[in-house]
Amino acid sequence: MEANTRSTGRLPAAFLTPGSSSFMDFLSQHQPEMLPGKRQLPPVQGVIEAPHGTTIVAVTFPGGVVLAGDRRATMGNMIAQRDIEKVFPADEYSAVGIAGTAGLAVEMVKLFQLELEHFEKVEGTTLSLEGKANRLSTMIRSNLAMAMQGLAVVPLFAGFDVDRDKGRIFSYDVTGGRSEEHGYASTGSGSIFARGAMKKLYRDDLTEEQATTLVIQALYDAADDDSATGGPDVARRIYPIVTVITEDGFRRLTDDESSDIARAILERRLEQPDGPRAALL
Amino acid sequence: MSTPFYVSPQQAMADRAEYARKGIARGRSLVVLQYADGIVFVGENPSRALHKFSEIYDRIGFAAAGKYNEYENLRIGGVRYADLRGYTYDRDDVTARGLANVYAQTLGTIFSSAAEKPYEVELVVAEVGETPEGDQIYRLPHDGSIVDEHGSVAVGGNAEQISSYLDQRHQDGMSLAEALKLAVQSLSREPNGGEREIPAERLEVAVLDRTRPQQRKFRRIVGRQLDRLLEEGGAETATEAEDAEDEE
Repeated sequence: MEANTRSTGRLPAAFLTPGSSSFMDFLSQHQPEMLPGKRQLPPVQGVIEAPHGTTIVAVTFPGGVVLAGDRRATMGNMIAQRDIEKVFPADEYSAVGIAGTAGLAVEMVKLFQLELEHFEKVEGTTLSLEGKANRLSTMIRSNLAMAMQGLAVVPLFAGFDVDRDKGRIFSYDVTGGRSEEHGYASTGSGSIFARGAMKKLYRDDLTEEQATTLVIQALYDAADDDSATGGPDVARRIYPIVTVITEDGFRRLTDDESSDIARAILERRLEQPDGPRAALL
Repeated sequence: MSTPFYVSPQQAMADRAEYARKGIARGRSLVVLQYADGIVFVGENPSRALHKFSEIYDRIGFAAAGKYNEYENLRIGGVRYADLRGYTYDRDDVTARGLANVYAQTLGTIFSSAAEKPYEVELVVAEVGETPEGDQIYRLPHDGSIVDEHGSVAVGGNAEQISSYLDQRHQDGMSLAEALKLAVQSLSREPNGGEREIPAERLEVAVLDRTRPQQRKFRRIVGRQLDRLLEEGGAETATEAEDAEDEE
């Protein structure tokens, strides 16, 4: 880091100044141009064309939470990428799934992961789950100017709260508004359809296995009705990314595990294309 | 106006070095050892919250002896340096060598600048590789020099005696329990030749474990795990010690 250590090669004063344990605070003092929110966008006519990520869903179950996302990124009417990854571990006990402008969202996740890790290293302890959720809120808010120009990022944050011993989900809006969701939540273009599916399938005594099946069912329904959401791609072996967070930490289902669930669902849908039916009364 | 006394540059530097060395010698020593699956940090530390060892980045650990506020400052500076570098480029581009260089420049500039008092610290920066051959350990004394160490290193008050003890006994490919046992033995030696007991509660132990599946290899060893390792090392080496005595 030649630019940072200047000519002498020693750590610049900013590095040795006692201050906050936040990496973003440090960056905003030392190299503000590197913060995503500090960039000025030139005034443009119309919408900027950039790949968008689509549907993310989350479900809690006793003992943890499941966060999953489809694999499609779209740009207008085009499929920009078939196998994009939109669900990331934030740290050992939380994960973040992103919908919205893919480029900005991936950068936001990278900074968010670093923010949590930096705090942990400096303080020697992890942030509370609420603290993490609030940090993400701040980051989304700083992106508001971009969001106004059509480059919004709207993530879903899920984690295992070690203090309360349960999985929790937080959803956001473009202004950084944060709300805790109970049971299930979704974000992105296919979220309406996914939410409908989850509403009918969700119960509060799901096992981990049932919860992972539920999220893939919901993503299937989202892909069924929303052109921007990708369903399981059997020919290319591209299946949704499913992550589980319990007291043992973050775990991403292997490709084999998620393909097994997706194929089982597909098999059933050959007979019942609309998926499982809920009782009328 | 009175004329200040003339002090030769040699004398001034020697005084500063003496000052720093005395400050460092007041603290307890700590040792850093290579073992088969990584690098282990062992030191005597009555506090559980104020650590002597900590994580800098995925594969890089930090150990310091001397004045707490000064090395804490350097530690946070190192974390900031590593995180910023990893964010700007890639996680793989953060190396112990780069960090050790920056620390050396920082300590060196402070040491030779008349406006600042020299830091009373001695640092160790270690990076665990994919194989034992890839491990790197750098010792950074108060004056800004860098020493590339292999196998084992000791810093702090009684460092010279401990180092020579370790040099004679440290072997490549030791198990963690063996390395820990050797480290505790070396730390228990008093400068006057005697020995004292260090209870497990006063030990601070951390490892950079290359077999850890996570990206971040740094891990503290505390509580029951530490007790178990100490017992394991004790049982294994007790018989060896008897054999050695017989030979003598």
